[in-house]
Amino acid sequence: MMNSPEDTRSTAIAIEGLRVRRGRVEVLQGLDLHVPRGQVVGLLGPSGCGKTTLMRAIVGVQKVKGGTVSVLGQPAGSAALRHRVGYVTQAASVYDDLTIRQNLDYFRRVLGAARADVDSAIAATDLQEHAGRLVSSLSGGERSRVSLAAALLGSPDLLVLDEPTVGLDPLLRVELWGLFHRLADAGTSLLVSSHVMDEASRCDRLILMREGAVLADATPEELLAETGAADAEGAFLALLRRRHARHALPEAEDAPAEDAAAEETNEADAMEPANESDHDHQHDHRAAHQEEAR
Amino acid sequence: MNPTRVFATAGRVLNQIRHDPRTIGLLLVVPALLIGLVAWIFTDTPVFATIGPAILALFPFIVMFLVTSITTLRERRTGTLERLLSMPLGRGDFILGYTIAFGLIAVVQALIASAYALWVCGLDVKGDPWLLVAVAVTDAVLGSTLGLFASAFARTEFQVVQFMPLLVFPQILLGGIFFPRDQLPSGLKEISDWLPLSHAVDALNAVATNSHDAAYIGGQLLIIGAFALGAVVLGALTLQRRTA
Repeated sequence: MMNSPEDTRSTAIAIEGLRVRRGRVEVLQGLDLHVPRGQVVGLLGPSGCGKTTLMRAIVGVQKVKGGTVSVLGQPAGSAALRHRVGYVTQAASVYDDLTIRQNLDYFRRVLGAARADVDSAIAATDLQEHAGRLVSSLSGGERSRVSLAAALLGSPDLLVLDEPTVGLDPLLRVELWGLFHRLADAGTSLLVSSHVMDEASRCDRLILMREGAVLADATPEELLAETGAADAEGAFLALLRRRHARHALPEAEDAPAEDAAAEETNEADAMEPANESDHDHQHDHRAAHQEEAR
Repeated sequence: MNPTRVFATAGRVLNQIRHDPRTIGLLLVVPALLIGLVAWIFTDTPVFATIGPAILALFPFIVMFLVTSITTLRERRTGTLERLLSMPLGRGDFILGYTIAFGLIAVVQALIASAYALWVCGLDVKGDPWLLVAVAVTDAVLGSTLGLFASAFARTEFQVVQFMPLLVFPQILLGGIFFPRDQLPSGLKEISDWLPLSHAVDALNAVATNSHDAAYIGGQLLIIGAFALGAVVLGALTLQRRTA
């Protein structure tokens, strides 16, 4: 649209003024976003902040109220993009009553991809030993790998992955992030969502989201330099505090929040900082908890 | 519409069912058992000879309606449909693939049920027994396509099962199985003319009594086919790529 040809070549996803309403809630209220090509871009934010809705809009399965979403230079969801965009939903969207190989073989035929793609997708997700097993007999982590393998078929130009590393053992997580970077080096663009802040450092670029808005869109280094924080968790909190004065509560008012903080949800627990001894950090975190609990 | 994707989908659905032997057993055996039960109830009466042919159309219709509506609903709920619709799969490819897969199962089911009714229960058919099978198969396909259509309006398995009494029971009551259609009160008679199952029952009775020629039966099959096609088209329309 307003993009010059130069922009179209370097931009994987361009979003302007995207508005999405789900039920009575306006999940995204005029969101703007540019995702460059050939990078691993992390989409981080707490559960319920609109990550999944944004991703659904990008792959073209979300009804939108307004704004434009252009993917690889074409309107999101257009027929030409369906061969070029791989999508992994949050829940493993594969068939329980088929084996891994049968699942991948079906998706391969739908895509019209090469037969050899099935084996390379199985190898890339480290599923060789299970290939003949029914998906219903697999663990949660294995199932989400099957779902990821299905998205790799046909070597898409853009991969949209909704929390692909949830529930995986740390070693496998590292391996998958390695795979993401190998794919990016080969020219694939990746948008990977996560609510685990410690995955932020593994991304080339970070998008921090909260309550349907983009808080920050920068490289991890830029983000840390700008906020003066030690890690992505700290940077996230610093940005929140800038936006909402409430988050910068004085220490005394923190105390009654103990109970509320103890009843925190799993989503917030996943945002727990790795370094528990960092006292200041802990306090900031509790302030955030207090907000969440309200 | 792309034949590769249609047949890939049909093959995938059959593969899924292959991994579920209990469902296969139920699909293939239950209609025959129920027909046997009806025959037993009406031993030494002429009733089975009258309603037997119609029952032959009924059970495949109901069973296929339930199986198809629940399978497609599951596909909507587990996210596999969302994945497929973000891929180059056409809505027609999806629906037609399902119709072919369940149509094939319906053929086997109708063959078993018909053979059981004819040879074991001694159903007396004056016309060509293959026409009986043809009607039963068309009816099962109709059940499948109506099931596909109904699944679009249900969010849960509980809801989709409720569509059976809504869409299927009136057709059974008005179809001429329990009460001859030409003796229905005016109004109901006209409604029953517009229900696909009525035409299936008419066709089966025509085969059983050999009262009409094959062209009449072919015409009735065309009417049922038109309803099935209508359900497929409506089902494809309700399959939205973009959802709220």
